[in-house]
Formats: sequence, structure tokens, C-alpha cells
Amino acid sequence: MSRVASIALHTFKESVRERVLYNLIAFALLLIGAAILFGSISVGVEEIILVNLGLSSISVFGLLMAIFIGIGLVSKEIERRTIFSILSKPVHRAEFIVGKYLGLLLTLVINTAIMTAGFYVALLYQKRTLRLADLLVLEAVYFILLQFALVVGLALLFSCISTPVLSAVFTLCLYIIGNLLGDIRWFGQETGNALVENGTAVLYYLLPNFGNFNAISQVSHGEGIPGYLLISNSLYALLYVAILLSASIMIFEEKEFR
Amino acid sequence: MRAGALPTFLQLGGRKTAWAVLIACFLALVPLQRGVDRQLTAQRKLEESLYLPSGKILRRLAMGHEGLLANIYWTRVVQYFGRKKLAHSARFDLLGRLLQITTELDPQLVIAYRFGAIFLAEKPPGGAGQPQVALQLLRRGIVANPNYWRLWQDVGFIYYWDLKDYASAARAFQTGSERPGAHLWMRVLAATVAAEGGNIASSRLLWSEIYRQADDDQIRRSAFEHLQALRAQEDLEEINKLLGQYRQKQGRAPGSLQDLVAGGYLPAIPRDPSGAPYRLAPEGSAGLSQGSKVDLRLLQ
Amino acid sequence: MLAVETCDLTKDYSIGFFRKRPKRALDGLSLRVEPGEVFGLLGPNGAGKSTTLKILLRLIFPTSGTARILGRELNDVSMHARIGYLPENPYFYDHLTAREFLNYVGELFGLGATERRQRVDRLLDRLGLASSRDVALRKFSKGMVQRVGLAQALINDPELIFLDEPMSGLDPLGRREVRDLILDLKRQGKTVFFSTHILSDAEMLCDRVAILNRGRLQGCGDLREILRLGVAATEIVLENPPPEALKELSPFNRSVVWTGERARLEIADEADVPKALSTALRLGVRIVSLNPVKMSLEDYFMARIEEFSHTPLDQDLKAVAQEKEVKR
Repeated sequence: MSRVASIALHTFKESVRERVLYNLIAFALLLIGAAILFGSISVGVEEIILVNLGLSSISVFGLLMAIFIGIGLVSKEIERRTIFSILSKPVHRAEFIVGKYLGLLLTLVINTAIMTAGFYVALLYQKRTLRLADLLVLEAVYFILLQFALVVGLALLFSCISTPVLSAVFTLCLYIIGNLLGDIRWFGQETGNALVENGTAVLYYLLPNFGNFNAISQVSHGEGIPGYLLISNSLYALLYVAILLSASIMIFEEKEFR
Repeated sequence: MRAGALPTFLQLGGRKTAWAVLIACFLALVPLQRGVDRQLTAQRKLEESLYLPSGKILRRLAMGHEGLLANIYWTRVVQYFGRKKLAHSARFDLLGRLLQITTELDPQLVIAYRFGAIFLAEKPPGGAGQPQVALQLLRRGIVANPNYWRLWQDVGFIYYWDLKDYASAARAFQTGSERPGAHLWMRVLAATVAAEGGNIASSRLLWSEIYRQADDDQIRRSAFEHLQALRAQEDLEEINKLLGQYRQKQGRAPGSLQDLVAGGYLPAIPRDPSGAPYRLAPEGSAGLSQGSKVDLRLLQ
Repeated sequence: MLAVETCDLTKDYSIGFFRKRPKRALDGLSLRVEPGEVFGLLGPNGAGKSTTLKILLRLIFPTSGTARILGRELNDVSMHARIGYLPENPYFYDHLTAREFLNYVGELFGLGATERRQRVDRLLDRLGLASSRDVALRKFSKGMVQRVGLAQALINDPELIFLDEPMSGLDPLGRREVRDLILDLKRQGKTVFFSTHILSDAEMLCDRVAILNRGRLQGCGDLREILRLGVAATEIVLENPPPEALKELSPFNRSVVWTGERARLEIADEADVPKALSTALRLGVRIVSLNPVKMSLEDYFMARIEEFSHTPLDQDLKAVAQEKEVKR
């Protein structure tokens, strides 16, 4: 097994032992179950409410998991000094970073799969039967996973630079800003001030554009996501994750461990 | 050191004291909170109307969860309306705003537009009596959902029922009938309304469709009540016709509907859709009895 | 090919927030370690021993100077496959068992599954951890953690092993075991480079030592040669020598120390020893033991540290030789 795969698997096993993971999954499943009750207020919107609440829960709780575990990916190894026994082996520092990233991503994929399964169970309970069209929800789940890929990359980058608390704050801030980039840019254009307008345009392309991946509302109305958007979002995520990992590797290569 | 030393606070029965304080304070909190609630209710009512945020801003802040927020606001709409109905309030001031926020958050939440079409437009005490606001809402809904022909049906319905603008109603029904998937009766209705304006058959068709398509309990109940009223209206017209015949033949007005039965004009005293018998009102025309659940005011 | 070679290795840290004052942790360290020897890096706490090891293991980067391990540059990560490293006060993944952790390390070396299993089991046995192989590391005592550390340093059967303070925190039994292990490694032809501030361990194990103080190399060389510096004498312990015997022996010995029935005589000049022995034998005095008294490493160490001297070893040897000449 390649070294990256070893490190990834090890990171995955370590993440899975975090107790907070199970609390968050339980919460998410609870909410999904509760959605069935909320929906009974209005017949027409039962399914819409379940899809919205279910996917929003998966998104929020997954985000919390990504941040909570991501911020410690590197800093914990440094702080606990377990890093010495890894870097003294024939392991490139870049392999370490990539392995850590993939390990956490794997954790999130599996957790999301569990929560999505819970969602489908609730949907089955509500509708009595499932149709092929219900698989559309998976497209929104895929976009949510792409968002996780970006968030883990961000958390990992900050984990190489600063303490866990600051990493969490920065990652969360970037997530929020990343969601509002469209508005920030629009705002810049409205001011008419060339400097502000250009500044916000630069930010728009520089920072991760999380707004691209919002598809929950669409999917709740049974609308699919156009193919070109699926492809372009995948590419965007791939490119941006490459940027984040490269930056993390660059920083990590220069890091000293006293 | 601890074992043989002076007994601790907890050992001295301090634990009992601590528990007693805990429970007593909790019990004291309940009336206190209720007092605060009473004092704040008036203020909260005021805040209710002031603190409704802009739907557009909410949508931006929702960060991808605007669908869920829309659902939450939709829940508030239903609760608001139900609460007001229960209190027999005739005012639904916030309904328009709440529906606007809901649809700004999720422009494809069609049920919100349809709810507004019925209850924003309807005159009090059944609704807010704001047909123009309802039309505005529906126009935004059509822009966001151009292929949803039933929104055109709702536009036509408002023109027809609340505004009595039959020309506009016919145009709306016609446009709606051209949308994909539109039912045939839309075209028929367009023609009928264009030619004859308002009549009971068209009204009954519209309300029947609303009843059939209703996704919401409130809407369905309202449609049912309207259909009952329409039915009663028709019955009363029939009875009045028979009354006229009786007066012509007998040369005098009947004392009660029983006379019509005796005279063979009716097989038995007819009952209204709610099961209560019709009666002869003092003015000489037929009317509903006291125990009737039918509400003719709906037809105004 | 040298096992380890450093050339003018220097490491500066900048201390302080605004006015960055540089702190020199290592100053122009030049070392050579021959393959197959046990090399001890000695020095008081804060001398730069751990810094040196971490630079060699590429955990920190030198400010200037170069170094090579097994003939390869430091940034050749593949070379790590041939070395082992035990960090100071090691800490490993708490939640793993000893076996799981060693298995993970084995994976990082690219060992096959069967090979891994065999080596892990063998090492755990060899280091006395067989009964705790499936216990989580967080339950291990300090000595057991140290042994796991040795295991992960040896799992790839390295040619060269770096040990940073391998005896720290161990009880006498543990230290004995580590000492035996190091000797065993030497017997297998491996090179061992270890740092310690416990001189008696170094004395027992090392072929060559280097003494570091405040980042500077204070002395380096063959242990035996170092220990021959300073006043060499011979001690003879006699059992109950009669006063006449002591008087006859007095021209030879420097001092007499009585312990119970035994007298310890210290004879300064090597040449006088056979004369003293024959005298004792002639007088029928029972000879309990005859031992050379050498300068201990500690004495040498203290002298170097206190002097802060920069003179290299051969100058020292010259000076002592001259001293001896003068004495004659």
C-alpha cells in the first residue's frame, strides 16, 4: 500500500474515534426524523420540507465535522510530537499532507453516506415508495461533498499555520465569506468606486466560491442539476483543492519541529 | 487528612440545603417568567410587524439553506393564518409580508402563491381583502415559474371572483390555457367568461378546481365552504322561482315552505348542503335557517 | 563512506518578538562517525544535542553548513529507509496498540504484510513487549513507551540508528536492557549514534564521543584515548598489610586508604607497579586486586565544560604528553 494511502487510512481510523462525530451524526439523523413531523403541517410541502431539512442538516453537520477534525490534522501531530516518528521515516512531507487530507475526506464521505441513507429511510417512510427521480437528491449531496472537500483543504492549510482555535475561526470566516462572494462583488460594482470594484473582483476569483455549490432548494422541487454545472463545479473543486494542498505543502516543507 | 477531620459542608446535611435551594429557585422562576411574558406580550405584538426582515437579505444570509428558511416561513404563514382564524380576527395584516418573504426565499414554493391567491384576496373575515397585493404576488410567481399554468388560473380567479373584472379574468384564463399541460376546461372557461361574465356555473367550476387541486387544508376547507354557498345560492334561486310560480298560481304568498310541499311544488322541505332545512324568510324570499353552517357572505 | 558527516553545521534561532536577537543553538559543528561504531554525543542540557539530531533527521533545517548521512544529502528522504530514529521523550499515537502502531510504521517503510507481521512480532518479543502487544499505547508506562520507540526505530533493520537520550526516564533494569541492545546492534555491525547527558552510559558503550557545550564542540575523539588523558595511576588493594610492608612500599605509593581490613594503595608511576607487586608478594601480603585508575569521563567532561576551551583534541594530547615529559 502506498505511503499516502497508509497515512490516509490511519487518519481515517483516528477520525472515526472522535466521539463528537457520533454526536453530530445522531443529531443529523434526529433532525431528519423530526422533519417528517414538521412536514405534516401542510400536505403539499411534506416532501419539500424533508428534502430541505435533511440536506441542510447533512450540510451543516458535515461542515462542523470537517472543521472540527480538520483544524487538528497537522497541529495535533505537531503538538503531540507524533510527527517525529512519521517524518523520520522515508515519507515526503508532501505525502504526509496529501494523506492527511484524503483520510479526513474519506471520513466525511462515509459519514455523509450514512446520513444520506438515513434521509432515504425517512423519505421512504414518508412517501411509502421511492421513485427513480428521488435519486436527484444525490446530486445535491455530491455538491455538498465538494464543499466539504474545499473546507477540509482550508482547515488543513490553517492547521499548518496556526492553533486549532484560530484555524476554526479562519475556516468558518472563509466559508461564510465564500458564500457571500456574489453579493460582495455585486456590492463592489454598485459603489462605482473603481478601486473597490476591482478589489472585490479580485476577491471573487481568489477566495473559494461556495455559492456555486448551493443546490438544495433546486433539488427540493425535483429539479435536476444541469450536466455542465456538475462538471464545472467538479473541476472548480479539483483545482481549488489543488491550490490549497499546494499551499499547505509549501508551508509544511519549510516548517521546523523543535 | 480528610478522613478524620471536620465533616465537610456536604456531609453536614448541606446537600439537603443545596437541593432545597435549587428546587425553590426553579419554582420561583415559573411565575416570574409568566409575569415577564405578560408584560412583554404587548411589546412583542408590536415587534411582530416591525421585525419582519427583507426576504432578499435573508436569502443572501441563508448560505445555501434558503429552501429551509422558506419552509420555516411557510410554516409561520400557516400558523399565523390559523391563529388569526381561531381568534376570529378579521385582520391579516402580516399575511402579505410573510408570503412575500417566503416567496423571495424560494420563488418556486408554488403553494405560497396559491395560498395568497385565495386568502390575500378574499374579503374579511375570510381573508386579508388585498386582491391587488395577491395579484402582485402571483405575477412574481409566474415570472419564477412560467410553466406553472395554475398560477394563471389563480390570476384569473382573482379577477373573476374578487375584482369582478371579467375581461381581465378571461384573458388570464386564456393565457393560462396555452401553457404546457393546462387542462382543457381553462380554454372553455376563458370563452365562457369572455362571453357571459360571471355566472354560477363558471364560479362552481373554478371553486371545484381549487378544491381538487388544493394542497393545503385551509384552502380545501375554504373551497368547500364556497362550493356549499354556491350550491345553496343555486337552491335558493330555484326555490324563489317556485315561490314566484306559487304566488302567480295561488295569488298570494305562501306562509312557509311547507305550503310549497303541500302544493306539490316540492317533494319535501329541501335541505341546504350543510343539512339544515331551508326556510321562508320574513321578507318573503327563501333563506337559510339559523342552524345552517352555510355562509352566504362568502359570495359577496 | 562515513556513516555521518557534518561540516560546519550551524543553527540560529531568532528569539524575541520585536527586536529579534539571534540565539545560536549550534556553532560550526563538524563531526565524523565511522560505520560500525557506537558514537556518543555528550553534553549538558541545552548543549545542542537534540538540535543536532533533529537537523540530521531533517526535522529542522541548518542555518549554514552541510551534512551527509550514509553518503547521501540530508534532503534525500529515501535514505530514511536505512536509518532508525528514537526521539527524546517519545510520544506515539495513544489510541493504537503497540502492534497496530508498529504495523503502521512498517507500512510507511513499504514492508509487505507478512514481512511486517513477522518483524513486528519479533521486535515485540525481543523488547519484552509481547504480552502488551494488543494494549493501547496510552496505557503504557514510560519504560514501555521507550521500548516501543526502540521497536519503531529498528523495524526496518536499519544500518544506522539515531537515539536521542535513549535512557531517559528508565529504571536501572530498563537502562541495562537498552545498553545490552546497543551492544547487540554493534555486534550486528550497525552504527549507533546516541546522545546522552549520562556519562557512565557513554563510558560503557561508546567507541568515540563528542562533547557539546552551548552549541560548540568542546572535544571529540576515541574514548579510550580521552580516558588516558590525565593522571594515570594504578591501585593495589592489599588485605591487612603489616606496618612494615607499608613502610617498604611507601616510596612507590602516593596514598593509602583504609577500608576495614583492606588498604588501597595508589601508585603513581606505571614503572613502579611491578616493584610494588614483588615487594608485596615477598612479604606475603595478600593482594586483593590490581586495577588501573583512569580519569573518568566525568572528570574530563567537567574540565572541558568549565574551561570553555576551544582547543581541539590533538592539542590536548600534545599538552599532556609534554606534561608527562616534564615530569620525567
